[in-house]
Amino acid sequence: MIAIPFQPEIAVLVIPVVAAAVLAALPGYRIAARLNVLASLLTLLAALSLFVTKRPETGTYLFVDDLNIVFIVLNTFVGFTASLFSASYIAHELETGRLTPANLRFYHAMYQIMMFGMNLAFVANNIGLMWVAVELATLTTVMMVGIYRTHEALEAAWKYFLLGSVGIAFALFGTILVYLAARPHIGEGDDAMIWTLLVEHAAVFDPALLNLAFIFLMLGYGTKVGLAPLHAWLPDAHAEGPTPISAVLSGLLLNVALYAVLRFKILLAANPDAIGPGPLMMTLGLLSLIFAAFMLYRRRDIKRLFAYSSIEHMGIIVFAFGLGGPLANFAGLLHMVMHSLTKSAIFYAVGHVAQVKGTQRISELRGLTESHPALGWGLLVGVVAIAGLPPMGIFMSEFLIVSSTFAVQPLLAIPLVFGLLVAFGALLLRVTGIAFGEPTGSTAPAQASYVPLFAHLALVLAAGLYLPSALVGWFQHIAGILG
Amino acid sequence: MTSLSFDIAHLLAGGLVLVSFMMLYQDRLSALINVYALHALVLTLSVAWQAQVQHAPHLYVTAAIALGFKAVVIPLVLHRIVRRLGIHRDIETVVGIGPTMLAGMGLVALSMVVILRITPEADPLAREDLSFALSVLLLGLLVMVTRRNAVSQVIGFMSLENGLILAATGARGMPLVVEISVAFSIVIAFIVIGIFLFRIRERFDTVDVGALDSFRGERR
Repeated sequence: MIAIPFQPEIAVLVIPVVAAAVLAALPGYRIAARLNVLASLLTLLAALSLFVTKRPETGTYLFVDDLNIVFIVLNTFVGFTASLFSASYIAHELETGRLTPANLRFYHAMYQIMMFGMNLAFVANNIGLMWVAVELATLTTVMMVGIYRTHEALEAAWKYFLLGSVGIAFALFGTILVYLAARPHIGEGDDAMIWTLLVEHAAVFDPALLNLAFIFLMLGYGTKVGLAPLHAWLPDAHAEGPTPISAVLSGLLLNVALYAVLRFKILLAANPDAIGPGPLMMTLGLLSLIFAAFMLYRRRDIKRLFAYSSIEHMGIIVFAFGLGGPLANFAGLLHMVMHSLTKSAIFYAVGHVAQVKGTQRISELRGLTESHPALGWGLLVGVVAIAGLPPMGIFMSEFLIVSSTFAVQPLLAIPLVFGLLVAFGALLLRVTGIAFGEPTGSTAPAQASYVPLFAHLALVLAAGLYLPSALVGWFQHIAGILG
Repeated sequence: MTSLSFDIAHLLAGGLVLVSFMMLYQDRLSALINVYALHALVLTLSVAWQAQVQHAPHLYVTAAIALGFKAVVIPLVLHRIVRRLGIHRDIETVVGIGPTMLAGMGLVALSMVVILRITPEADPLAREDLSFALSVLLLGLLVMVTRRNAVSQVIGFMSLENGLILAATGARGMPLVVEISVAFSIVIAFIVIGIFLFRIRERFDTVDVGALDSFRGERR
């Protein structure tokens, strides 16, 4: 027998595909949920082994570098905890009859295909392949957002599908323009779409074509990131789909699109005559931050509230990367990781809360810390973290972003801090009402799995208290790549 | 490249823009579907011509997909859906036909100005194709925003995808991976749409997206 060498970058793609095929054929939902968890765990282990195994050679289609390892590990980790949460969440959905066993079979298979799409987008070295992967991940989430088949879910999925398709069409047009810019210098065919070759030769590309390409790519993938004014799909998709999918959307899918934007930002930065991508990214980032911060005040639906908070944080992250420089990039990267962990933790809590109380309306959620202490305090700690209070990790990354803004563009720090404060006020205002006061609604104990929720919160707290120097060194190295 | 082959390529790409304009003023659903079939047919000719002049036989595959799938199968299926739903009645356009046509002309002018200015050094066929492709893309977007009916929004989206294929084939030597993936994505998109139409029908007995709008925004 010939030993097949273990290749983690292949494994993170193959495991989800095999799992999806099995899950699509498996009738029982209990075993399917467990298998989903197992497959996600195996994918996570494969991703972690990227650290220890030898870095594979850069191929025509796949590659691994320091930047995408962060994304892959984060993606598979949250994918794993979300599958744990999902296992306890869907059992309840089945009992209340919101989902049928047939729905669940579809749901689990889609979950793994989505993981495959996202992992493929990260390891793709070909910008065409990356586009296909992002589109695949989007289409699977569209299907899952519409899974409840209610009026609202259908409208949300339809809106998501239409806006997402327009975004993805722009992104493809931008990809074609990049190819056109590369063709005279790299030659026809596959080579002119390989990202590593593109970056090597980017200095001699036609800057005008690159500029136009970046605008299309920024608009296209920016729609997926949820940047204002292209965010309209995001709150609906978060509010109407199953909560595990809201967690995955906020924590992971937005990062996938962000990753694509970053790749092309590096490409543009390698060309001295092209426009700096910074100003465009900073403008869209600040716009999203301030817009979403004000929108937070008028939310009545708890999942919508946190969806707008995701827009706000993606705005901050895009702003940080747009600002550039070692410190801002470092802070942006850290903020992205912290946001993914915190936001998915919040959605884990919100999912169980909504199930126990039977409502997502903020006005009907009161006194959670009394009726359901674990969920209530978990949610409260999550919101305190996402609002940017010390000692949580988001405080640190926001602090770094603000201080690096002061160092580079002091005037821009004013709208940035303003937006942060407005959002902070809105979140605390809402969460005090939800967490404290006279309990309303059902006080039945929640059938919840607390492990994913508190594991995420513990990580965020730990990062706020102490960042291991190995991690800092690693992130600093990546910040250097991002330019 | 001889001037004749250039002119024919130009003619076909320009024809695609014209057919996109025809979509803007169709006020009956079945007529719109027929215009879409014509759109796909012109795309087929254009792609096939590119395959001929670029000596790129793989583009014939893209042309065949455009012809078989987009010009024949999809229109037939859409006609079937429309008949089954009994919605042969007029399309309600959000904006009138006049302003829509004016907006379309503005968009075409915009894409010409943008692309032709930016690419003076690129090879002429590629840059003209690109400007036509961007026009088709923007016109498809216009169809999507001016219609309220789910079926016509889908047609707008598919014409937008046709613009993307025109751009991809105009870029000489673009790898086949991309063309197949584009065709593939259309298949997926169509499945998605099919499911959606089915579900919308199941719930509302209408495919008028306007009926969904009442649920927009916050639940009260």
